[in-house]
Amino acid sequence: MHDADIKRHAPTLVPGTSLDKAVKGTYFIIADIPHGLHKVQLIRLGISIGDKIICLQRLPGGTIIIQKNRQEIAIGYHLAREIKIQYI
Amino acid sequence: MAKSDIIEHKEKHRHIEPENPLGLDSPRAKVVLAGNPNVGKSLIFNYLSGVYVDVSNFPGTTVAITKGSYKEYDVYDTPGIYGVSSFNDEEKVAAEIILEADIIINVVNSLYLERDLFLTLQLIEMGKKVSVILNFADELKKRNIKINAKRLSDILGVEVINTSAVSKAGFEQLDYAIENARMGKQNEDLHKVLHNFLNRVGSQAEALLVAEGDEYISRKHGVEPGSADDREYIYIDRRNRVNEIVSFVEVEDTSKGRFFNLFGRLAVNPITGIPILLVLLSVIFFLIGDVVSQRIVNFTENTIGKRYFEYYTKLLVAEYASTDITVNLLDDKENVEESKTFRIPDGFSTAVEMKNDFRKISRLPNAETEYHFHNPFVRLFFGEFGVITMTITYLLFLLLPLVISFYIAMAMLEDSGYLPRLATMLDRTLNRIGLNGRAVIPILLGFGCVTMATITTRLLTTDKEKSIANAILQFTIPCSAQLAVISVLLSGAGFKPLFIYVAVIFTVMISISTFMNKVLKGAATPLLIDLPIMRMPKLDNLFKKTFFRTYGFMKEAYVWFFVGALLIGVLEITGLLFVFQDLLAPVTTAWLKLPKEAANAFVMGMVRRDFGAAGLFAIELTTMQITVAIITITLFVPCIASFMVMLKERGIKEGLIVWFSAWILAFFVGGLTAQIII
Repeated sequence: MHDADIKRHAPTLVPGTSLDKAVKGTYFIIADIPHGLHKVQLIRLGISIGDKIICLQRLPGGTIIIQKNRQEIAIGYHLAREIKIQYI
Repeated sequence: MAKSDIIEHKEKHRHIEPENPLGLDSPRAKVVLAGNPNVGKSLIFNYLSGVYVDVSNFPGTTVAITKGSYKEYDVYDTPGIYGVSSFNDEEKVAAEIILEADIIINVVNSLYLERDLFLTLQLIEMGKKVSVILNFADELKKRNIKINAKRLSDILGVEVINTSAVSKAGFEQLDYAIENARMGKQNEDLHKVLHNFLNRVGSQAEALLVAEGDEYISRKHGVEPGSADDREYIYIDRRNRVNEIVSFVEVEDTSKGRFFNLFGRLAVNPITGIPILLVLLSVIFFLIGDVVSQRIVNFTENTIGKRYFEYYTKLLVAEYASTDITVNLLDDKENVEESKTFRIPDGFSTAVEMKNDFRKISRLPNAETEYHFHNPFVRLFFGEFGVITMTITYLLFLLLPLVISFYIAMAMLEDSGYLPRLATMLDRTLNRIGLNGRAVIPILLGFGCVTMATITTRLLTTDKEKSIANAILQFTIPCSAQLAVISVLLSGAGFKPLFIYVAVIFTVMISISTFMNKVLKGAATPLLIDLPIMRMPKLDNLFKKTFFRTYGFMKEAYVWFFVGALLIGVLEITGLLFVFQDLLAPVTTAWLKLPKEAANAFVMGMVRRDFGAAGLFAIELTTMQITVAIITITLFVPCIASFMVMLKERGIKEGLIVWFSAWILAFFVGGLTAQIII
């Protein structure tokens, strides 16, 4: 629970990079997800702040496909733009 | 949400009794199958209860709760959910029944343990008696992944069993899982928090949902829901514990075991995905439009239906009924070469010689026979639009083979895992018309059955999205039965009419949705969809699904076909049909440039769309007239079944607006096309 607290208040370490700009085939860490319904849905799907994720594809128009473990998830451009990431 | 909302129709399955939707007074224990989308709940439910439910490889297949019984238990199948809450209609439906459950069988996709255990922990924290089924054991083996079920069971404090739902391996342990379901290990800190809520809301389960800010449950108990921060806190904490558990119990033997599916990757990227889509559509169109609708239907309709079934039925009737029969012998260009009329005022039974003569000539391969029964009732049942003759030929020998082939094609698309990828690929395109990629699922399902697809618009988030998707479905998407008839009408007509048809319908679709996107408030919600693994559709599931859907279709359709045929027949005999034809004549002949009998198709089309299109068979039309007619019929009002479902899903006001606009739209666009191309 202590851990969760730290994650919840973790500052965005690398400013400016959002998920819609993620480069195909690279690993990154989720730095911030805006509060609200989508955050909750992402947590349930297994994506939360601090997770290591790979960007599988970037589709024209900005839809992003990410993979965590074996789970592939497609994220629309408007949501991807709101999600901050940090390269590792 | 009213209780009656839970009792949603899915397809033709057994449903919960409306008087007592959740079986509140039932002494039988309620076993609820719960799990994320696509984990095999329905297959397990199918096994336990013997009740068939549709199984697919995309989220959102089960939009309703189905009830069955197994031994001394009542078993419930639920829509797939990632967690218990009330974010959308599907979740509300599932949450309600989970709260009522005595025993929960939590089905987990072993491949996505990290995703699925989130729900598992939540169910345990709700204080429910739970057993966990680790499904897809076979897929794990293929990918060299090992899950330590014993350790997982120790950590969770509940039974964990391995199964493979597709091959039914491990199903013999389901009994054990149900009998030994128990409360799992509780999270101490959370448990204390929940106790504060307990005396106010009645159960630990509801206390948890209230603490997680579930507004719907909170309102029910008149308490203040937990804040968004509380929810996030609980969720993140749960997520962290899940991740920890997974690292304890799962071992991946080799990194090569990681699933990489080239086709799946290619299917989402427009550069490769659009060609893939086009190839898929061409293959489907070729198989259905050419192989099935040309060759198979030609045999079933003309040979079995007309040459044998109708021929002998009518001959039998003519034995006793007063009739004139004209036999036309046609040349290669289908022109009448020779014509002979048999007048038998007392039927063939008193004119044996004439009968032999008739049988000889009418059996020539180029013969075409027309009966003119004198008695109106005989005509009603056995004449040109005969309730018995025409309906059976259309239903069994024309529609059935086509509908089966459409359902097989749909089932393959669904089971392969292709649909969510198509949704992803088209996401940005659909954003432009106020939808997100998910909307592709109801729209594509509409090509199977618009009625069923209208129900799945529920998996969309906002009212605006639902309205747009519903309008697209009701106005522009021809269902499989209608498509079947259209492909028969278009087959052999060449490329041009097909092109005009597709172009016009597509333009209307874009115009309607763009218009609605402008008029209705709100933006499209961003896409967030999980992509299931791509897999080869299993033949037995494919056939089972096709069989049940076809059966359901025929069971529902035949009544309306008979009703429609009877209606047309009665209208014809009473002369009302001609009144209606005359009334519509200015529109039909001048504006649509069709013969005035085409009005029959519209009368029939109100009953069932495909029936309307089938009504065009009886009329001689040029290729361009066929094009105009099928455009008009496609855009015309939805069938009665779709109309009823639409009223229920979208409300009376919206339903009526759509229905009446369909009249205007169909005639306007059809006529406009006619003015240009005829």
